[in-house]
Amino acid sequence: MSLPPLGLAGHPAALALAGRHRPRLWEPIPWILAIALYFAFPKHLGFGTELLVTILFALSLDLVLGYAGIVTLGHAAFFGAGAYAVGMLAKHGGWNEPITGLVVATVVAAAIGLASGLVLLRTRGLTLLMLTLSTMALLEEVANLAHEYTGGFDGLDSLPIAPLFGVFEFDPLYPTTQYLYVLAVLFLCFLFVRTLVYSPFGQSLTGIRENMLRMRAVGAPVRARLVICYTLSAAIAGIAGGIWAQANAYVNLGTLGLDRAATVLIILVLGGYGRLYGAFVGAVAYMALSHFLSKVYPTAWQLGLGLLLVVIALFAKNGILGIAENLWRRRRAAPAP
Amino acid sequence: MIFGVDVASMLLGGVAAGMVLFIVSVGLSVTMGLMGFVNLAHGGFAMLGGYAIVLAMKHGGLGFAPALAFGFLAVAAVSALLERVLYARLYGADELDQVLFTIGLVFVMTASVTLLVGPENQPLVLPSILQGQIDLGITRYRTYSVVLIATGIAIAAGLWVAFERTRMGAQIRAAVDNRRMAESLGINIRRLFTITFAFGSGLAALGGGLGAEFLGLDPQYALKYLVYFLIVVAVGGLGRVTGVFCAALLIGVLDFALKKYVPQGGTLFIYALTILLLLWRPQGLFGGKAI
Repeated sequence: MSLPPLGLAGHPAALALAGRHRPRLWEPIPWILAIALYFAFPKHLGFGTELLVTILFALSLDLVLGYAGIVTLGHAAFFGAGAYAVGMLAKHGGWNEPITGLVVATVVAAAIGLASGLVLLRTRGLTLLMLTLSTMALLEEVANLAHEYTGGFDGLDSLPIAPLFGVFEFDPLYPTTQYLYVLAVLFLCFLFVRTLVYSPFGQSLTGIRENMLRMRAVGAPVRARLVICYTLSAAIAGIAGGIWAQANAYVNLGTLGLDRAATVLIILVLGGYGRLYGAFVGAVAYMALSHFLSKVYPTAWQLGLGLLLVVIALFAKNGILGIAENLWRRRRAAPAP
Repeated sequence: MIFGVDVASMLLGGVAAGMVLFIVSVGLSVTMGLMGFVNLAHGGFAMLGGYAIVLAMKHGGLGFAPALAFGFLAVAAVSALLERVLYARLYGADELDQVLFTIGLVFVMTASVTLLVGPENQPLVLPSILQGQIDLGITRYRTYSVVLIATGIAIAAGLWVAFERTRMGAQIRAAVDNRRMAESLGINIRRLFTITFAFGSGLAALGGGLGAEFLGLDPQYALKYLVYFLIVVAVGGLGRVTGVFCAALLIGVLDFALKKYVPQGGTLFIYALTILLLLWRPQGLFGGKAI
């Protein structure tokens, strides 16, 4: 994207476009909260780790769904691919160094994302939805059948994950290492995604989401952009899956299932998609609710979740952040007239 | 000869399963074709129908056939109400909203059934006349499977006549092919939508009850078999009764045969075939319109 024509250089819209990548004042808040959680609730770090992984996974979905507008029901395929890559390496290959393991998980998930994206993204709409769903079901079935390598239905447990940098042990009871490790990885991935969506590349993805035909007409390589976005998103989902397997020291079929794919979709939509921070807000809201409610009233939880989804789809299409933005705008607009 | 009998019984079992798939999925195909609505809650209507039928027999003392009729009517009424009040708001909305809405609906259905009836499997007790085996000349086979096949053929034939030979069927076909044109010719699309939706859901309910004997019936039904129903629709094509019929039989027989000869990996094969087929012909094997 080149500079706006000279006459528009000082135009407020041009300035807003040029400056939209600048960090806002409130942006450090989630990170401060995450570090505060580490000190304030040392007993809940297991939950905290799960929360951070969920944010990372939702963030990867935001890239394809929120920015490129690809509706997928099979995103857990990449989460599971990453998780199984780490799990199988640790169990069979004896390669259990966490950081290189995570790199392998990323590469494996990205490769699956690239291969499936190249063929799947030629389609749109319901066909694409069916294809993503079937691809995930296919991978789940493969993981189920290859039980010699994947542990089948039971999965792989007690993965021997080596200490981080050879020093910090992954203690399942006091997951301090896991928490900080996941937080650091989440931060790096977030920086990457943030840079990406504010780049001209990210802008063109938004263009494709809004009007594919017009993007094609102005000469944008639509297919290539979508495939690249899909691959990057798959890679990040793979990181989320891999780090989940490392933090919990196990992998099971649930990492590849429709449940997980639907949950992450719900989380993102609950927070608000296409907004970067929707993943954070949605994951916190969902995980906190499910943490307290699902154990006590599992059925009522499902009922409430269903009703919530219906309400979001009908009335609050932009999730919690969308509602907050509306309120904010109304408050700012109110005193003016 | 043994092999021949084996093949015959395998075909019968597969065709019976295919008939149930057809009865459930045909409504999904028509509503998706007609309204372009991604209705992931269709399996939920089949589940609700199954429950209505089983409970009506267990507690209401109804016979099998009256219970089926009751299930059809109850689910058709509920779905007509849902269509008018909720679904209609999302016609023409993003797929994402439709997906979320219908997934939410599935959750609500699953949770309600768990709360009201309980999480355990509800067995369907067939009337004694349908139990046992029947002599077909070449082989003896389960009476119920034969009845299923006959029912499926009757429903398919009825639907075919309704689709190809009645005014309403012509209106539906017109609306599937070109909604705007049909609308401008004065066809009341909204009314057509409601009627087809209710009828399709009612058929799903019938399928849920008829198939409960071998598919089982528990709160997870709605999500468990959804992929199968969607695959049948994707293979058969949208808004095509004959396409869905052929696809359901194909998948029923294929699934039955694969589970028998390759117990490991049968499902895998069906998923792989579906992916290849959708890539090759996005409009389905028998459909004319891209989904």
